[in-house]
Amino acid sequence: MGQVVLKGINKFYDSVHAVRDVNLQIRDKEFVVLVGPSGCGKTTTLRMIAGLEAISSGDISIDGNVINELAPMDRDIAMVFQNYALYPHMSVYDNMAFGLKMRKFGRPEIEKRVREAADILGIGELLMRKPRQLSGGQRQRVALGRAIVRHPRVFLFDEPLSNLDAKLRVQMRVELKKLHLRLGTTAIYVTHDQVEAMTLGDRVVVMKDGVVQQVGEPLELYNQPANKFVAGFIGSPAMNFAAVTVTEANGSLIAENSGLRIKLPDETAQRLRGHIGHEVTLGVRPEDLTVAGTADLDHPCFDAVIEVVEQLGSEILLDMKVGEGVMVACVEPTARVKVRDKLRVAMRSSRLHVFDAKTEAAI
Amino acid sequence: MAIAETQVYMPPAPRPKLRLLEDERWLALVLLVPTLVLLGMFIAYPFVRGILLSVTNSRVGVPGEFVGLANFYKIFNDGIFRTSVYNTFLYTGVTTVFKLALGLWLAMLLNRNFRGKAFTRAFILLPFIIPTVLSTFAWKWMFDPTFSVLNWLLYHFGLITGRINWLGDPDLAMISIIIVNIWRGVPFYAISLLAGLQTISPELGEAAAIDGARPWQRFWYITWPLLLPVTMVVVLFSVIQTFADFQIVYVMTGGGPANATHLFATYAYQIGIGTGLLSEGAAISLAMFPVLFLVVIIQLLYIRRVEVR
Repeated sequence: MGQVVLKGINKFYDSVHAVRDVNLQIRDKEFVVLVGPSGCGKTTTLRMIAGLEAISSGDISIDGNVINELAPMDRDIAMVFQNYALYPHMSVYDNMAFGLKMRKFGRPEIEKRVREAADILGIGELLMRKPRQLSGGQRQRVALGRAIVRHPRVFLFDEPLSNLDAKLRVQMRVELKKLHLRLGTTAIYVTHDQVEAMTLGDRVVVMKDGVVQQVGEPLELYNQPANKFVAGFIGSPAMNFAAVTVTEANGSLIAENSGLRIKLPDETAQRLRGHIGHEVTLGVRPEDLTVAGTADLDHPCFDAVIEVVEQLGSEILLDMKVGEGVMVACVEPTARVKVRDKLRVAMRSSRLHVFDAKTEAAI
Repeated sequence: MAIAETQVYMPPAPRPKLRLLEDERWLALVLLVPTLVLLGMFIAYPFVRGILLSVTNSRVGVPGEFVGLANFYKIFNDGIFRTSVYNTFLYTGVTTVFKLALGLWLAMLLNRNFRGKAFTRAFILLPFIIPTVLSTFAWKWMFDPTFSVLNWLLYHFGLITGRINWLGDPDLAMISIIIVNIWRGVPFYAISLLAGLQTISPELGEAAAIDGARPWQRFWYITWPLLLPVTMVVVLFSVIQTFADFQIVYVMTGGGPANATHLFATYAYQIGIGTGLLSEGAAISLAMFPVLFLVVIIQLLYIRRVEVR
């Protein structure tokens, strides 16, 4: 079992309110990712669960038992650190065996568990080496191994992949996912990389300035962001935002600014009835913009001037000037476009997001 | 054609003297000369001179002549010399243990986060910064039989009824100089070990805490082995310094009472300069050499092994 509940968690550093009233229910066997920009309180939250940081107020419980006052060793958790935190003077074997030795496991049991973990991670050959003699990826595996051998109730990961190069990071990401499917241990994973969050998490917790912005499954965050911050943070390239004014003409609602004039689809218009004459923020993902063709007659269109063309092979990113603002479109690799082209762009209006200009909450 | 158009720069042929310096062997020699001269003048020459002196019977004003190992034979049969040897080992051994233990403890305390950390760290160095002779005079005053502030304190706390003659009793005098040496030496240990502790990532301690290691286990399995190379260097310097210590004993007791607190250095000084038996003093000084040499060899070998590892 490994059910973790955070109830009204706060953390103060002197006058800084680093974590604000966090409530979370993490189910057994779930893989939950805490994601947000640096300084958002995600690592502090993780360290409070680990017991490395005191909780200013609130309760953390594992399987129903409040663990606020328990020492890290008594919480039955294992943690993987960003810099691996391998003991440099010990061999790989001893690094992995250390936690078991401290808990007074018998020699045969230690041997069995270390071999088992080494097999899972494919580091059986490295057991007698010192951490210094390993590559970054191998060290990362050893750090994982050290957590696995303990058979804890909860795994805590603190940006474990951020020190690896881009290619290895993708590879380890897949392996982490496989490992979780195989072991089924509850995992809480901290990262600032939204791609990692989306690919690894059963559920993702987006944080900013110590406050939880939204909790949900990856696609839920992508499709129904709760506010402008989540909308901009999840998804790459990031969502385009445009400040527009809502007006009424011939019974339908129009959103317009210096470069845009879009007739809002009925479903969106319904929600914006109360905002006529006011400013709102329009959000549209780059992948929901296309070069307008004959098939796009029903979609709202607008004019844009291409400023930069980024060829990615599988797609093309267009940085465009739209009125006073800029937008990025992600279009088919077959599109024939070049810099300074004037372009008619179509918008998949069913995928429009609208946010309150002041509170930034989704409307 | 492109090649022909490129002008190849040909430096002018150097003058003959400079050409000699083009050869790395000659250049190395030239660069080493200042150091060689300095080391030769201030270390090698006095050392050789000391050896030559120790095999003569020269005294102040008497050039003396070659007597072989007579001086060494004499000092090995000298009771005070034997006491000095014993004292030096005792003094070095006891103070090193205490300085290491207290210095490490202080370093671990200073390695924590607390208000006024920087100030305290600077403050700790005071005993190390004050000229030893000055601070030792202050200690001498504190151990003075009549004016001792220690006696006053002990008396007012009701722990003693009469005066303790700190520097008048051979054993107490030895304890006194050991206390002063520890007081003076702890800051060096504390600050050096603190520097060593700061190179150890705090994440290791956290990982060990999660792994189930209690505080003393974290110290024993993580901190101590990782700090060992630094510790060895600190102990090496300290042992050499303490073994050849002079100032504290010279000021506190002058080797007394009744020659009971002499160390190698103070006894060599007393015989060589005080009594004027230059050759015998040189022999006493040289008797220190094999021990120090051994200490240096052992520790340097160890440090090298750690570096290679």
